[in-house]
Amino acid sequence: MAGIEVTALHKRYPDGTVAVEHVDLSIGDGELFVMLGPSGCGKTTTLRAIAGLERQTTGDIRIGETLVNDLPPAERDIAMVFQFYALYPHLRTRDNLAFPLRAEGLPKSEVHERVDEAARLMRLGPLLDRRPHRLSGGEQQRVALARALVRRPRAFLMDEPLTNLDAELRADMRTEIKHLQGQLGTTMVYVTHDQVEAMSLGHRIAILNKGRVEQIGTPLEVYDRPASLFCAAFIGSPPMNLIEVEVADGKLRSQGGLVLTPPPGLPRDRRLVAGVRPEALEVTEQGAEHSVPARVVSAEWLGDEIIYVVDHGGQRDVRVRMPPTVRFAADAPVGLRHTGGPPPVYDVSTEELVA
Amino acid sequence: MAVSVDEAVATGPAPDRTRSARRRGGLGRTVLEVALLAVLAVVMLFPVLWMIETSIKENRDVYAIPAKFFDFKVTLDHFKDVFVASGGGRSALSVSFLNSVLVAGVSTVLATVLGVPAAWAYSRFSVKAKKDQLFFILSTRFMPPVVVVIPIFLMYRQVGLIDSKLGLILIYAAFNVPFTIWMMKGFVDEVPAEYEDAAMLDGYTRLQAFWRFTLPLLLPGIAATAVFALIFSWNEFVFAIFLTSSDGVRTAPPAIAGLIGGTTVDWGLVAAASLVFALPVLIFAYLVRKHLVAGVTLGAVRR
Repeated sequence: MAGIEVTALHKRYPDGTVAVEHVDLSIGDGELFVMLGPSGCGKTTTLRAIAGLERQTTGDIRIGETLVNDLPPAERDIAMVFQFYALYPHLRTRDNLAFPLRAEGLPKSEVHERVDEAARLMRLGPLLDRRPHRLSGGEQQRVALARALVRRPRAFLMDEPLTNLDAELRADMRTEIKHLQGQLGTTMVYVTHDQVEAMSLGHRIAILNKGRVEQIGTPLEVYDRPASLFCAAFIGSPPMNLIEVEVADGKLRSQGGLVLTPPPGLPRDRRLVAGVRPEALEVTEQGAEHSVPARVVSAEWLGDEIIYVVDHGGQRDVRVRMPPTVRFAADAPVGLRHTGGPPPVYDVSTEELVA
Repeated sequence: MAVSVDEAVATGPAPDRTRSARRRGGLGRTVLEVALLAVLAVVMLFPVLWMIETSIKENRDVYAIPAKFFDFKVTLDHFKDVFVASGGGRSALSVSFLNSVLVAGVSTVLATVLGVPAAWAYSRFSVKAKKDQLFFILSTRFMPPVVVVIPIFLMYRQVGLIDSKLGLILIYAAFNVPFTIWMMKGFVDEVPAEYEDAAMLDGYTRLQAFWRFTLPLLLPGIAATAVFALIFSWNEFVFAIFLTSSDGVRTAPPAIAGLIGGTTVDWGLVAAASLVFALPVLIFAYLVRKHLVAGVTLGAVRR
């Protein structure tokens, strides 16, 4: 087991496209580290550079104490799980699992022992004599995970391993992966574009955009105080409301008169945007205390909660998360008020967190 | 196709009267279609049939008026003449057949050996101006071969490749490599690159990963591509007739064409030679037909 250090990683392809602009990561030993971002943000390229499948243009990668820049993938002592499973189609499950061990030249008895152990861990017993085309997507991915396990590598690299599975199976596998990582305590770098996956799995999350790291933090840090407007819009469903505000009389005030508690250290003379989570707002009867007049545009009834979309004083489409017991008709005149603590505030021009 | 659609409609829950009317209409159309297809088949296949008949007729039956369709004496003399010279020994035609086998075979192997790795590289790697390069490669196939035959003739005369089998092999390979690259790139794109990534993590080099994991999955595609390349080289006429002259080097198409001309034409020999010439490609295509279908439908790998 080992931590992974990525320093000033930059990757430019021969055709001129820059996949990774500048990435610094410090992944702790035994950590489940998630890289999250939209497609084309450089997260997969970074992972492939760690794996040694791509050679970075500049920058250093260390696994444990070893500088691995010029080591081929096989000598980095890592295992990788791919989106398309990548099980060898001509080999049975058993041989797929044994393959990397035989390639290492381990004695037969140990190969057998380790394959059995991985199969037991991933509950693959009945599947051992099947070929990949006779396995379902979920089974294939379990075999792929087992194949990564048998190596007992210093780190696991996961490249969107659950993307091809259907929703229910994805949730199951998510739990399984998290459980497995906790049990083995092996460092894991997990790449995904799914924020729910990132939030539920990661000890820490790195949000990448356009080849740069926008924020690194625990799931809660990332959720509560997104470091930029990009992160604010990317994390959370429905996303954070971005409300233009002005500082007046020691309060934050929106165009429509909504009053928010200001965080300390606000800069002056800049255009500001407050990031307000849907659950930090409340839809009330018209005229309730501290509320401003608003109008319900639509309501999404999700069963366990209702997402109201409201307009207030020129601010359109503010999303509010309410318990299912509070019901307002569409188009009804209502009140809107802020219930949470001080929201994160962003500078409109730099798009970065200022307070 | 139209027939089955009609039947599908007719089995629907339509009232009885319309159904029988439809069926009559369907029947009428079926008869018409079968008749038209039969006429088409006769028109298309008659020359082939006539070639087969002519190849087993005696010469006086070939020229008989009115033509004899059935009541002629069967002879295999023409086939013997294809392979054996009149004075005994190997005939010029049989030498040209061997030349064809050699030239088509070697040029196809050469095009495949060069084209498949190139296609793999274009599919897997980020290459500078990849699109432009691929377009340039394809553009060499835009013009008909006859346009470049004179410059190539002059070039070949300079380097001493005129009237040599090597010359033909090189030019056929040159024409088949672009085709192979383009067709194989499609197949390589279909094989997930993750196989190679996984193999590299398991300790293989990139080339070993390609050789051991991607290549076996590409075999159906390679078979399909090679058959197309082989058929091109086997049938090629223009370069063969311009760039070769001696009996020992000529391939079969110009050799068979050379039988026509002079004062009399031995049509039986022409027909027999054509038949022998057509057979290998038919047999080869038949043997790899499964791969051909798999290749054309590009369904070789489940993702």
